[in-house]
Amino acid sequence: MRGIQSALEPAGVQAEQIANLWTVFLIVTAIVYVVVMAFTIAALLRRRPAIVSNATSPAVRNTVSAAVGLTVLILFGLLTASIFTTRGIASVPDRAIQIAVTGKQWWWQVEYDDADKSKRITTANEIVIPVGVPVTVHLRSSDVIHSFWVPSLHGKRDLIPGKRGQTLTFRADKPGVYRGQCAEFCGYQHANMSLWVTALPFADYARWIEASRQPSRIPSTKTERKGQDVFMSSPCPLCHTIQGTAAGGKTGPDLTHFASRRSIAAAMFPNRPGFLGGWIVDAQHLKPGSQMPSIPLQEQELQPLVTYLESLK
Amino acid sequence: MKRAAIALLLLTMLACEREERRFREMPSAAARRNTERLVSLVPGPYTADVKVDAPYGRNAFAISEGKRLFSWYNCVGCHANGGGGMGPPLMDERWRYGSDPEQIFATIWEGRPNGMPSFRGKIPEYQVWQLVAYVQSLSGNVPKDAANGRPDDMQVHKQDQALPDLVPEKEPAPVQ
Repeated sequence: MRGIQSALEPAGVQAEQIANLWTVFLIVTAIVYVVVMAFTIAALLRRRPAIVSNATSPAVRNTVSAAVGLTVLILFGLLTASIFTTRGIASVPDRAIQIAVTGKQWWWQVEYDDADKSKRITTANEIVIPVGVPVTVHLRSSDVIHSFWVPSLHGKRDLIPGKRGQTLTFRADKPGVYRGQCAEFCGYQHANMSLWVTALPFADYARWIEASRQPSRIPSTKTERKGQDVFMSSPCPLCHTIQGTAAGGKTGPDLTHFASRRSIAAAMFPNRPGFLGGWIVDAQHLKPGSQMPSIPLQEQELQPLVTYLESLK
Repeated sequence: MKRAAIALLLLTMLACEREERRFREMPSAAARRNTERLVSLVPGPYTADVKVDAPYGRNAFAISEGKRLFSWYNCVGCHANGGGGMGPPLMDERWRYGSDPEQIFATIWEGRPNGMPSFRGKIPEYQVWQLVAYVQSLSGNVPKDAANGRPDDMQVHKQDQALPDLVPEKEPAPVQ
């Protein structure tokens, strides 16, 4: 089992405990299964004794009592293992990085809060975290119930509309890119509501934070400037924000550093000009029902717009 | 008995389109052609405009999408949830610029004097039509089976699908 989205390949301490519990359960239940099957097969093969034995004979009673006792013992052992695992992953360290994750149909809004408003970061479908530092994600929903699940890092937790205080604390111990997914059916495009968690060494993480706090890159070429004009004069700014410009819509993903993201449409497509162009003109074909409308643009408008967006590093 | 059951089943098909969700909306040239003119003079012989059917007047999904867009595009900022504020209320019977779908479309698309901005080019056309359907529903101008039956917002008038009062309101006592 190799993969970027596997609970059996933990990349953090919480996921590791869950994976260990899973292994314990697997081994114990496998042994029980084999033993029960062996006894069943033996019972089937065994010749029925000529005289029907008394069911309450001491031998039978002792065997049944032993089996019941063993079952209770095993279940109790599994319960204890489960309780200890739950307690282990529920302990919250004092100093954790706080990140707000809001589930929306069908994408994730990610916010890094800061007392200084100018240092707040809003991005989408990508969480960048430092390796070896605990992170607490505060889970909210703006429409229906979603569930946040990055199997390599932790278990899942629901995002419940109107309910605050749903949090999940995890720590990534290996640098890498991990995939997460909505784990609670939330509508038509539930299957395409994914996200990336990138774990970076602390120095790289600090650089990313600093870069993300900057306003958007100012267009430098003629094509990019035209693209910005197209962006501002089309429906885009009614929903999308680009920091440092007049675009301040709040209902769609923030595009300030759009080009530095790996993917578009909640990790559905790679972030490349071809996919982006298709997404802008016909999102409803690529992801029917999503809140991104299809925007009928002419070729001579679309090309500069894509160039501009892909320049927003 | 069997026939009645089949007839009943067939009857349910009448409601099929209520929740129909069309995600790929093509911009319709016809819709734009039929938006209101600023003057009544036209060249050539006089012909009555072909009335367009609002594409979404009977579609519950589109009306609820219109409701979502109504707050997304900040219509609520001036009209509140239909009750009005800086902008005129939309749930009463007064229409300054007409209650036909294409007139409401023109109001949103072209804007109106004294404050209503023009959303032309700022909102995709099919979304404007969804807003038109929702605005119509605010004053009860859509079929009951398509109207939003359970609005969460403060309602000035009774909810569209609310049951009639069990106890009729008493007539006010005559002044003596």
